Amino acid sequence: MKGEIIINEEVVPNVHRLVLSAPVIAKRAKPGQFVIIIPDEVGERIPFTLSDWSPEDGTITIFYQEAGVSTMKLTRMKPGNVIHTLVGPLGRPSKIEKFGTVLLGGGCYGLGAIYPLAKAFKEAGNRVIGLFEARTTYIVYNEEKLREVVDELYIVTADGSRGLRGHVPEALPYILEKEGKIDYAHFIGCTYMMMVSSRGTKEHNIPTIVAMNTLMVDGTGMCGICRVEVDGNTKFACVDGPDFDGHKVNWDMVFARKHAYVAEENMAYQFYRTQMDGAVNKCAKNRKEGA
Amino acid sequence: MSKRKDGLTPKERMAIPRAKMPEQNPSARAANFEEVPLGLTPEQAMEEAKRCLDCRKQPCVHGCPVAVQIPEFIKLVGEGKFGEAAKLIKETNVLPAVTGRVCPQETQCEGDCTLFKKYGGVSIGALERFVADYERNNNLVEIPPKPKPTGKKVAIIGSGPSGLTVAGDLILQGHAVTVFEALHEAGGVLVYGIPEFRLPKEIVAAEVDYLVQQGVNFELNVVAGMTITMDEILEEFDAVYIGVGAGLPWFMRIEGEELNGVLSANEYLTRSNLMKGYLFPDYDSPLPQGKHVCVVGGGNVAMDAARTAKRLGAKVTIVYRRAREQLPARGEEVHHADEEGIVFQLLSNPVKILGKDGKVSGMECIRMELGEPDASGRRRPIPIGGSNFEFECDQVIISIGAGANPLLTKTMPDLDLNKWGYIVVDENNRTNISKVWAGGDIVTGSATVIEAMGAGRIAARSIHAELLGLPQPTSEKEEE
Repeated sequence: MKGEIIINEEVVPNVHRLVLSAPVIAKRAKPGQFVIIIPDEVGERIPFTLSDWSPEDGTITIFYQEAGVSTMKLTRMKPGNVIHTLVGPLGRPSKIEKFGTVLLGGGCYGLGAIYPLAKAFKEAGNRVIGLFEARTTYIVYNEEKLREVVDELYIVTADGSRGLRGHVPEALPYILEKEGKIDYAHFIGCTYMMMVSSRGTKEHNIPTIVAMNTLMVDGTGMCGICRVEVDGNTKFACVDGPDFDGHKVNWDMVFARKHAYVAEENMAYQFYRTQMDGAVNKCAKNRKEGA
Repeated sequence: MSKRKDGLTPKERMAIPRAKMPEQNPSARAANFEEVPLGLTPEQAMEEAKRCLDCRKQPCVHGCPVAVQIPEFIKLVGEGKFGEAAKLIKETNVLPAVTGRVCPQETQCEGDCTLFKKYGGVSIGALERFVADYERNNNLVEIPPKPKPTGKKVAIIGSGPSGLTVAGDLILQGHAVTVFEALHEAGGVLVYGIPEFRLPKEIVAAEVDYLVQQGVNFELNVVAGMTITMDEILEEFDAVYIGVGAGLPWFMRIEGEELNGVLSANEYLTRSNLMKGYLFPDYDSPLPQGKHVCVVGGGNVAMDAARTAKRLGAKVTIVYRRAREQLPARGEEVHHADEEGIVFQLLSNPVKILGKDGKVSGMECIRMELGEPDASGRRRPIPIGGSNFEFECDQVIISIGAGANPLLTKTMPDLDLNKWGYIVVDENNRTNISKVWAGGDIVTGSATVIEAMGAGRIAARSIHAELLGLPQPTSEKEEE
C-alpha cells in the first residue's frame, strides 16, 4: 500500500496535519490504532496514531511533529506526492465501553489523536470530558472538531496563557470538583505528559490507560524494540498495545529506552540537512553561473 | 538415464579432488558486506560434475526436502549445458540461487552422497548456485508459458521461502495466486533475516520478479489479520496457505535485558538487512554500532548477527552455553565466523547484563558443564556453582530463538494450535479449518529455508488436488 498525500499542512507551529488516501485502512481502522509510514525509499519505519479516518472518502488523518529525519522529510512532501510505504491499521483497538464519565487527555499530537476515542466513547453512552494539555495557547489545535463530540473541554497550559495553568495533575482537582467524578481516563501524548497524568489519576484512583509511543521497526511483533514493562511483565507495544494501564507501566524504563538511538537520530537529521543544504547551494551556484 | 559422455570409471571420478569455492579473504571481507563465497567458475563446475557417481539409489535426492533431480542436473553441468541444468532444478525448486547458498547441504544432499565420508560429497550446493547464477547473469531465465487458467484463486500469507514455493508451484498449475506480505519487501526471512554477505538481496529480488513475471500478484504492506481479515480472505479465495514464519523473538528474562544496547537478533538483523542500516546514514534507519558486541546464542542467526557486527568494526564475542560440537549453526558459518576473528565464549550462560546510566556496560556469565543428553539429544548444560565471571561489552544481541507470532492466529479462534502456538496440520499440511493450509516455521518452529520450501511443496500438491477435485496425495512417508 502506498498513500497519496491529499493534505499536508502545519496547523500550529510544528504540528502538521497529514491526510492520506488509504481506502483499505480507512475501512478497517478502529480508535487507538496506528499506521507505519516510510516516507521515501531510504526511509525508516515510523508509527503514527490514527487521528481520524473516513471510509466514505477513503482517507486517513494523522498529526505529527518534525522531530527527526523522517518527519522532516514528511513536512517537505506535497499533495499529490506518494508515501513510499503505508501499512496498517496496527495495534489492538482501544477498549471502548460505557464507563460513565470518561476523561480523554491529549498532548502534542494527542490533541488530534484523542478525537476518534472521544467520538467512540460518546457513542458508547459515556459523558466525555476532553482535556488539552499544551505548553502555551498558540499551539492548541483541533479544538472545534473535538468540541463536536465531547460534553466538556478543559484546556491546560503550562504557562497559564489559556485555561488552567500547569499540567494534568494540577488540573485534576479542579476538574473533579466541577464534574463530580471521573470513572475512566485515557491519555495520548508525549511520554512525559502520559507519565505525569498517570501519576495524577493514581492519586484519585481513576483507572487510566495510556497509548505508548515507543520506537518500532516492523510493528508486527517481530523485533521487540517496543518492549515495555507493565506490571513486571514484558509487553510489546506494537501487538500487545499500544494501550496499557498507566499505573502499571515502568516509566523509568520507557524514558531510558526512548533515548536508545538519540545519537544516531541526531546524526541522521544533521546528515540529511547537510545534503539538503548541499543541494540548495548547488542550485544557487548553477543559477549564478546561468546553467 | 543415458550414459555419460565423459566415459570415466568410478575410480577415476573418485580421484578428482573436491572443488574449492574461491572466497573473499577473511581480513578483507570482515570489513565489507559483499558475498563471502565467490562461486565456481564454469571449468570448476564441469570438473566437479565429473565426481558424481550417478548412483542408482540417488541418496542425495532422498536427502533433499524438495527432491531436486540432483544426478540429472549434475550430468547436464558436466556437459556444459548450464541453462538446461537450471531449468531442470527449477522443476522442483523455485529458489535455486537461494538454496544453493543457504541450505545446510552437509546434513542433506551432500551428507547423503556416497562420496561424503571418504572423499567429501559432491559439491551439490555449489553446483546448484553456479547454474542458477549462470542462468540469471546470462539472461537465460525463461518465463514458462502461461498454463490454462483453472479459475481458482489461492491466497498465500507470508512471502518467505515456503510461501514463494507454494506460489511458484500453483501458478504453474494455472491457479490465480496472490501473496500477502506484511513488510514492504517480498522474501520474508530471506530479506529481513539473512545478511547481504550470505545472500545478496538482488538475488531474492530476481527470484521474486520471476514469480511476478509468471503472474503471481504480490500485495505488500498487508498485515493479514489486521489490514485484511481471515474471513475476508476466505470469502475471496478458494484456498489459503499460511506461511507467516516464527517471528516472535525470545528474550532471556534476566536482569538488565531492558537496558539500551540490548537488542533481539531480529531487531538487529531487520535493521541491517531489510532497512539497510549498515548503510546508515545514507539510509535513515540507525544500526547501533557497539565497540564490543556480545551475541548470545549459537545458531545460524547468531552467526549472522555476529558477522554483521564484525563488519561494522566491533570486537565480537559469541556466548553459548554448550560446547563447540553442539553449536546448532552450520559448520560453514561457524568456520567463517572463526576466520573473521569472532571469539567464542563457550560453556557460558549469561545471568545478568550489567549497565551504567541505562546502557549496557558488561555481562555476567556462569560457566557450564555438560551433563546427560536432554530431550533434544544434546548434552544438557549444567551451571557450575560459584563460577560466575564478568566481562565488558557495550552491546548485547539476544539470539536464542524465536517463537510463533500470534498476530494472525489469535484472530482465528477455531484454528488448532499446539501448546507453543504453532499451527497443527495433517500430512498434507492441511489445518483443521477447511480451505486453509499452513507450513514452514509457523508449523514446525524455527527450521531451515529448504524445510520450509519442502512444506510448501507438500501443501501446494494438496491445494492443487483439492481445487481440481482430485484425490488428495498420499504422503511420501506412506509411500516408502
